[in-house]
Amino acid sequence: MFYREAGDFKKTYAEDNQTFPLRVDRWAYYLVLVIAFGAVPFFINNWWANAAIIPFLVWAIASLGLNILGGYCGQISLGSGGFMAVGAYSAYKLMTSFPDLNMFIVVLISGAITALVGMLFGLPSLRIKGFYLAVATLAAQFFLVWMFNKFSWFYNNSASGQIHAPTRSVFGYEVTGATATAPAKYLFCLVLVVLFAWIARNLTRGRIGRSWMAIRDMDIAAEIIGVNPLKTKLTAFGVSSFYIGVAGALFFTVYLGDVEVGEAFGIQKSFLLIFMVIIGGLGSILGSFIGAGFLVLMPLLLKYIMAEKLGFPTDIAAHLEFVIIGFLIMLTLVLEPHGIAQLWRVAKQKLRLWPFPH
Amino acid sequence: MKLTKLAAYAVAGAMLASPVMAELVFPSLSYRTGPYAANGTPVADGFADYFTLLNERDGGIGGEMTRVIECETGYSTEKGVECYESTKGEGALVYMPLSTGITYQLIPKVTADDIPLLTTGYGRTSAANGDIFSHIFNFPANYWNGASAAINYILSQEGGDISGKTVALVYHNSAYGKEPIRTLEALAENHGFNLTLLPVDHPGQEQKSQWLQIRRERPDYVIMYGWGVMNQVAIQEAANIRFPMDHFIGIWWSGSENDVAAAGMAADGYLALTFHNVGTDFPVFDDIQQYVVDAGLAAGDGSNVGTVLYNRGMYGAMLAAEAVKVAQAMHGVADITPAMMRDGLENLVINDENMAAIGFEGFGPNFEVSCANHGGPGLVAVQQWNAGDQKWELVSDFAETDMSVIQPLIDEDSAAYAAENGIEPGRCN
Repeated sequence: MFYREAGDFKKTYAEDNQTFPLRVDRWAYYLVLVIAFGAVPFFINNWWANAAIIPFLVWAIASLGLNILGGYCGQISLGSGGFMAVGAYSAYKLMTSFPDLNMFIVVLISGAITALVGMLFGLPSLRIKGFYLAVATLAAQFFLVWMFNKFSWFYNNSASGQIHAPTRSVFGYEVTGATATAPAKYLFCLVLVVLFAWIARNLTRGRIGRSWMAIRDMDIAAEIIGVNPLKTKLTAFGVSSFYIGVAGALFFTVYLGDVEVGEAFGIQKSFLLIFMVIIGGLGSILGSFIGAGFLVLMPLLLKYIMAEKLGFPTDIAAHLEFVIIGFLIMLTLVLEPHGIAQLWRVAKQKLRLWPFPH
Repeated sequence: MKLTKLAAYAVAGAMLASPVMAELVFPSLSYRTGPYAANGTPVADGFADYFTLLNERDGGIGGEMTRVIECETGYSTEKGVECYESTKGEGALVYMPLSTGITYQLIPKVTADDIPLLTTGYGRTSAANGDIFSHIFNFPANYWNGASAAINYILSQEGGDISGKTVALVYHNSAYGKEPIRTLEALAENHGFNLTLLPVDHPGQEQKSQWLQIRRERPDYVIMYGWGVMNQVAIQEAANIRFPMDHFIGIWWSGSENDVAAAGMAADGYLALTFHNVGTDFPVFDDIQQYVVDAGLAAGDGSNVGTVLYNRGMYGAMLAAEAVKVAQAMHGVADITPAMMRDGLENLVINDENMAAIGFEGFGPNFEVSCANHGGPGLVAVQQWNAGDQKWELVSDFAETDMSVIQPLIDEDSAAYAAENGIEPGRCN
């Protein structure tokens, strides 16, 4: 009744091709942007920024990255944690070598470096597929973590092997370090998230995205109709690693400020990211956000309810949290194997017909 | 996304509404889950029980009740940050995160928020330089004291000459485990021994290759910087290759009952460092039994009382409580702020007199904290596991460590931190 195409006339090709063809969707999108940029910065406090929203935004970028590779191009990667580490260590070396560099530039160069590393480790994808490729990328994960532990140049010879993000600012506002305010950190991440989500959305519905999907759906057929697998797979690895590198850089500089590679970028981070993408929905931009939100915010919510409101002992609450999250993951995948984004898609289809279905 | 966000905002509203009460708040960033739970649980119990004792027996500290807020970190730095952010608003007086990774995380944050951080026997070693690390305290001993104490013990066993000997360091491949490397390298140069480094990756269940290498190279001594399940595995592996246990020295985080129990009699004679005493042979434990365990208020089931890690948690709580007393005396108020707590920690004096007054006589070394020295004198003892009696025994006194090696390293590392973060030294002049 409210959610429908009727009356929403398109007069140009541009209008016909827009991301949100329905007026309600468009409004919702603009509303979210207005709230995110115009309202949240005035209310956000340290807990919200450092414990919930910033990790959510950072993981959303990473999740977009892995979704491009896994969801759109069909290449499995278990090396995301290692690629995040590349982003983080690049950012660290750039920040300490060039103290005056704008943080946006630091983050983007870190992404570019990660893209190169990702393409290097993506080369085997030209010969091997599926599980075998997963194993090859797993090697990247372990190799990169080992490398950042082994060579002290990467952590500027600090005694403990930790890397520490010094205070840096963007246009006069501190965005890293302990004295950076919550709104500044939040807005810095938000700008990057919106920018990268917008790029991802438009990449995936253009020529490049369609060639990725062609390779995903049937690589031989794609090759026959003229999609170059070398270029396609490597661009997917490059773009995906760029996103993951940016997320790693933000994870280190803005979110944690101090990381140690084995703990922060270990194999469990690769798995976490894969869970996000699968739960959110493979091949869906919205799904990347939903997946990141589910696995970042849900544990906080459960912990808050059980440990603080119900007063459970902290260890029981932590164990129950594992059980509940695990159960929810299974439930989601049983009820909707294509992820939560698919539920939303189905709901929208139904809404269009409501209240008079066929 | 919308639903999750809505729920999250609802949570935010509820959190903002929670009132701040006039109490002495001590957050306990504990870990009772995950691969380090076996060691994290007794420490958290000891910490909580001591404050329960103060409330039940003395009505708090200086007439002000204490409150321990427990927050589960699972030894993960991300959860540690979340715990810090969610508890600091409740008037937290001092943070004791029991994790070197979380400590590194919190050092800049607590300094900016003006809350002290007390890391007893862990954390960033160079934070002993109070001139640069104004809010960080790591008395009574740090990792580098530990490394030096281990070498001193080896020297005493070998008659003062260990040139040409080989010492292997088996360490947790993280910030914590890497800390002693620099000190050991300097000591190796001074004393002419060879140092072999054997990293073990988190969580440390897989150590076959490291111990195979030890078996092949037969180092004269093995020093271990391990934590959690890594300790048990290492001691079991050492027993498997019949490495002599009295040549195997663990740092104080590798010297609890949990670590040696799994290997049974094979662990007999295993050595570990410590900066406080072991057992329940102190008056305070009678009170713990009476007011806490028998009253059914213990954080755990009471079975951990007197174990090494329980005692360590209690010792940390005791140091914090003593610092509160100093702060209350300095500022003349009972309900102190975190900034006052910082002053209390910086002027803390632990001597026979005040240790006896609280039933801790002989429990730990005497020391004084000052503005420039936040690390104390670094007195370390060696304890040995007696598998027959199932208990730890001190086999040396709390002895001095080689500060002529450690102090230059502290100065160098803290100066690097100061330069990196634009901190001007000279606060203490």
